[in-house]
Amino acid sequence: MSKSNTILYLDGVSVSFDGFRAINNLSLVLDKGEMRAIIGPNGAGKTTMMDIVTGKTRPDSGEVFFDGEIDLTRHDEAEIAMMGIGRKFQKPTVFESHSIEDNLVLSLKGPRSIFPALFHRRSFEETRRIDEILATTRLEAKRHDLAANLSHGQKQWLEIGMLLAQDPKLLLVDEPVAGMTDAETEETARLLKEIAKTRSVVVVEHDMHFVRELGVKVTCLHEGSVLSEGSLDFVSADERVVEVYLGR
Amino acid sequence: MTGRFFAAGADRRIAITIAILLAVAIVVPILNIAVPPASAFHVPAYIVALVGKYLCYALLALALDLVWGYCGILSLGHGAFFALGGYAMGMYLMRQIGERGVYGNPLLPDFMVFLNWKELPWFWHGFDHFWFAALMVMLVPGLLAFIFGWFAFRSRVTGVYLSIITQAMTYALLLAFFRNDMGFGGNNGLTDFKDILGFNVQANTTRSALFAASAIALALGVFITWRIIGSKYGKLLMAVRDAESRTRFLGWRAENVKLFAFTVSAVMAGVAGALYVPQVGIINPGEFDPANSIEVVVWTAVGGRGTLVGPIIGALLVNGGKSWFTGAFPEFWLFALGGLFVAVTLFLPKGIVGMWDQWQNSRRERRAAATPEQGIPPIVEVAMPVKQKPAAKSSPTPLDGGEPQPAE
Ligand SMILES: Nc1ncnc2c1ncn2[C@@H]1O[C@H](COP(=O)(O)OP(=O)(O)OP(=O)(O)O)[C@@H](O)[C@H]1O
Ligand SMILES: [Mg+2]
Repeated sequence: MSKSNTILYLDGVSVSFDGFRAINNLSLVLDKGEMRAIIGPNGAGKTTMMDIVTGKTRPDSGEVFFDGEIDLTRHDEAEIAMMGIGRKFQKPTVFESHSIEDNLVLSLKGPRSIFPALFHRRSFEETRRIDEILATTRLEAKRHDLAANLSHGQKQWLEIGMLLAQDPKLLLVDEPVAGMTDAETEETARLLKEIAKTRSVVVVEHDMHFVRELGVKVTCLHEGSVLSEGSLDFVSADERVVEVYLGR
Repeated sequence: MTGRFFAAGADRRIAITIAILLAVAIVVPILNIAVPPASAFHVPAYIVALVGKYLCYALLALALDLVWGYCGILSLGHGAFFALGGYAMGMYLMRQIGERGVYGNPLLPDFMVFLNWKELPWFWHGFDHFWFAALMVMLVPGLLAFIFGWFAFRSRVTGVYLSIITQAMTYALLLAFFRNDMGFGGNNGLTDFKDILGFNVQANTTRSALFAASAIALALGVFITWRIIGSKYGKLLMAVRDAESRTRFLGWRAENVKLFAFTVSAVMAGVAGALYVPQVGIINPGEFDPANSIEVVVWTAVGGRGTLVGPIIGALLVNGGKSWFTGAFPEFWLFALGGLFVAVTLFLPKGIVGMWDQWQNSRRERRAAATPEQGIPPIVEVAMPVKQKPAAKSSPTPLDGGEPQPAE
């Protein structure tokens, strides 16, 4: 398989924790500009897959390439983030003791060393970008509120907003609609589809209505490898998938 | 909104603290030197010496607050940086003794003559000059913190493990400085100082000047820490404290963020130690005692960590209490200290300043809620954002894939 024109390329990736194979000979390819939904039962290895891509976990074997040529297994979290991979955690993680605005200030693309941060003055351009993201994520009214005071759903959005501020080429979004109302879920699908117009996105989600809403190719993971891949209708008609979901 | 008011309040408080410290730096020496002892306004020399010492402790607590309060690094070894700064100053003061030592040796300090050493060890060179000693006061603790932090933060040692190795660091230094062949006076440390910058360290005026220097150093420390906390880096520091992995996935190097704060903090602690030594007239390995570092943590916790002003209040109060207590019931001081720490942890988890802020905040919120609508439903108003959550909770949560909805 050719790596060119892929944004993410995993081939034969395996990782074990204390003898337990969380990821087992996993291969997954994402084209540039593509959005992909990943489903799979609990413990299928979805989050672990993201850990591998973002440098948190080193695979025991296999290839992990970004943008066709960058070997991600040779880089750490911060480097990978700087190359343009943003990640939303399964449990929404924002800086609770900071205002929404400051959360975004810390996420904005730019130099990441200590001294520039020490003498940083916010530029007009940065303020404009923050306004833009606040509008996209519908958090304008909360600008100066502490992130700790946001509702669960709003924290999810703030975290997505922080990813946008990072201006990544690839977004990995782990369970973005967990804990959201139906209306919020719909809103989130709209937001992700908007983002996917200009970036590649991987979304992990259990909520099938949401996945249907996204209307993209679906990969079903099970026991650390790909069980089925295709349109949602195709995947959900796949007997093995049905078995995995029902057979427990 | 409240968040901003609150921040403005904290800023004002810090500015006032700096102003008070600068005022004290001027007024106390005047009241000590220029006002006759008979006057009610006279500040006696022993108070100047005592409070001057406390101010050094306060600077040490402030240094700890930068790393503990704002970055969550609970250092149980900050006393080591303080002591190293103190030793650097002590070495300068030893060199100033010249041939006035007991043995009258113009080249070597007394303890080296006693040990039969023939020449000055290489690491004592340069300490005849104040500028060199002043540089070492900052450089030595800073360098140790940098090297220590470089390894510890890079290997992602955090939490209790980090606290334990900081404690081990100060303990190792304690043992090392006890040894005579280390060349720092062993057990007895460095003492019998005569002059500092040509002035007699015992003289009233010199003591007042040292007091003023301590107050100014503390004011400067508060100012610098305040600027650091207010910068984007300061926000990053707190972000690392609250969600380290989030900062990493945003591209920040959390280890460097911590390393900078840790090093700056160690330098501040070193300066505090350097100002402390001429005021107490001695530096010995006891300053490396792990218990000392733990006491600093208690001061900071009592005053309120992460508030800048709190640790200063804590250091002054606890040490004031200690002076009184060790006079009245010397055997019970350690129990009192331990009890105080337990009590603060249980009843004042945010310390004095933290509790004050909390109280002010809730009072303001109550007042704000009470004025517009005739005072009845303030709680509902506050609870609003929470209210929509139960609704959200009904459908959500990773319904462990139990439903093969795709089949529809
Ligand atoms: N650091 C780790 N150490 C040990 N086991 C781990 C570790 N990380 C993940 N695992 C295990 O690997 C398996 C896959 O976990 P993972 O979190 O990737 O699943 P998931 O597909 O994201 O599930 P969920 O839908 O519940 O989020 C699980 O059995 C988990 O217990
Ligand atoms: Mg998961």
